[in-house]
Amino acid sequence: MDKQLIIRGLRRSPLSKFLLWILPWVALLGLGLYAGYLCLARGLNQTNMDNRFAFGLWIYLDLTIIALGAGAFFTGFLLYILKKDQLKAVINSAVVLGLICYSGAIVVLMVDVGQPLRAWFTFWHPNVHSMLTEVTFCITCYLTVLLVEYAPLVLRNRKLRQIPSLLVFEFHLHKVMYVLAGVGTFLSFFHQGSLGGLYGVLRGRPFAFREGIGIWPSTFFLFILSAIAAGPSFILLTTWLVSKLSKKELVKREVLSLLGRISGILLMVYVLFKTIDTLIWINHTAPASGFNPFDFYSWEPFGTWLLFAEIVVCGLLPAIILLDKKRREQTGWLVSAAFLVCVGVMLNRFVFTIQTLALPTLPFDRFLSYVPSWQETATFLAVVAYGVLIYSLSFRYLPLFPQEKELRQS
Amino acid sequence: MDTKNKKQHRYGMVIDLDKCTGCGACMVACAVENNIPPATAKATDRTGITWVRVYKFDNGLPFPNNRSAYIPMPCQQCGEHTPCVSVCPQKAVEVDAASGIVAQIPVRCLGCRYCMTACPYHARYFNWWDPVWPAGMEKTLNPDVSPRMRGVVEKCNFCHERLQAARAKAAAEGRDEIDPSDYQPACVEACPTGAITFGDLADPNSEVAQLVQNGHAFRMLETLGTEPKVYYRSDQAWVRQIAQQEVQKPKAKEKVHG
Repeated sequence: MDKQLIIRGLRRSPLSKFLLWILPWVALLGLGLYAGYLCLARGLNQTNMDNRFAFGLWIYLDLTIIALGAGAFFTGFLLYILKKDQLKAVINSAVVLGLICYSGAIVVLMVDVGQPLRAWFTFWHPNVHSMLTEVTFCITCYLTVLLVEYAPLVLRNRKLRQIPSLLVFEFHLHKVMYVLAGVGTFLSFFHQGSLGGLYGVLRGRPFAFREGIGIWPSTFFLFILSAIAAGPSFILLTTWLVSKLSKKELVKREVLSLLGRISGILLMVYVLFKTIDTLIWINHTAPASGFNPFDFYSWEPFGTWLLFAEIVVCGLLPAIILLDKKRREQTGWLVSAAFLVCVGVMLNRFVFTIQTLALPTLPFDRFLSYVPSWQETATFLAVVAYGVLIYSLSFRYLPLFPQEKELRQS
Repeated sequence: MDTKNKKQHRYGMVIDLDKCTGCGACMVACAVENNIPPATAKATDRTGITWVRVYKFDNGLPFPNNRSAYIPMPCQQCGEHTPCVSVCPQKAVEVDAASGIVAQIPVRCLGCRYCMTACPYHARYFNWWDPVWPAGMEKTLNPDVSPRMRGVVEKCNFCHERLQAARAKAAAEGRDEIDPSDYQPACVEACPTGAITFGDLADPNSEVAQLVQNGHAFRMLETLGTEPKVYYRSDQAWVRQIAQQEVQKPKAKEKVHG
């Protein structure tokens, strides 16, 4: 049965080896599900969050994986709207990654809220002024779009193709893919932005608060920019990693270079705007709130090194590498730069979610630390395990990389 | 008869830090009035619930020049850019236009805790545990206040049920306006030194409005522009300076206590 499900012309590892590969991930997923159950059944007292550190590891995970998952909508946008046909080689993989990231984030959010059964209240009593309302609407709609985008991929499975009605359905789905790519791009743009706005609007947290345009703080736009800069890098990195692990050539070299170049251009634009934003914050926004911006960095270990690491080491440096054609052609440089881009976006989300809450606002208050409980960590790791499992199954049974067959034959 | 007040009120309080001894009577009275359950054995100062947390701070000088003070921190009932109201995704936090009180609606709360993240005064509390009272103690519950379930946020609402009772009394007696003496929050009544004065800030003749005019009154984090309706006052310059300065730097952190 297993062999009959594998795409014709592709070679996959024996079933026993595949089962051995997924076994530890299944175990990790099981542990995470148990931890999630504890949090739902016994309450959020199972976590190490508290009244002061009201957001913790899970919100960090949400913001980070949504940013990395931006590759899905952005690749769709480049392929279907801007007609960058070379990206057809990675679009399927990008959709799977996007689906994993968005669905993983939603599952964790359901555990993270105190009353998950009231999640629908946001649709019933929406507060249009809240960035979280925007997040909820966009994440739900975009997940639906991703599911519809993922469906044709599943329907292209060897066995499912034998059912004529599904074949017709897949054909029709393919025809609306341009519309879906457009809708997905719009939704995800807003979603990435509203996640940035989530912290940027916090007037009561001068470390995160930013001024902006209209109702949107600058972080709204910076989160979009950083996500679309990191998304292609994440696809590049995962494609390279899967290629190494499976010992197969999956896409042509120029596709990886193109992803790197797109990432580099966008990252350079992001670094420019992030620098301007930081200067405005240092010289205007923070002092206007009554705070000396450098005092925020006087609490170790969250010193100015974080700012330097985020903007220079994980921003400017990889942007320069990715914009240099000679270096981009060397896999070592390309992959290292893509890795730094992903670390940069993770660092940025860490700064906004964790550092913001650790810093005191009241004059007689103290700096706080927070270490996630095992239940929080296990739930976090379960999302990683869930991602690896979905991706592994998709890679084994679905045509994730259309160029793989061609590259194998040549 | 219309039981609602016709006038726009702006209820607020002035807390005299020179009179506050940090005894915690306000915290206890508040807990009893508002059906805040006893903390579980696992609760800490960061997970327990008190609608009015009393912080201690000092001038940082060594003995014998060391001076300390206490500062009760209920919800500051912000009047402008109310941080918690705009962030709640499902309108579980609202400002009552008639009283200016920032109300939390626990039955609509999703428990996302975004409002807690937004509040610069850390005056919002999450129910990390199920509310449990020791056997027999549930008979002491205040019938006018609903206990909150696990997984929702709660905070000080200036004993809103007392305002409702005062309105009902006024209506029964054929008055449009409540008698100010009928509406005093539990913490105000319980304070043994009379450190807390409560009233309508919109009424220039009220004691609270006159205290605000005093040169020694101030509000916390005024530069954020949230326009709190809780004022503090002290005749001691060092208290006003510390309470109004920006956050302590790390080198001074050992001198402050939460």
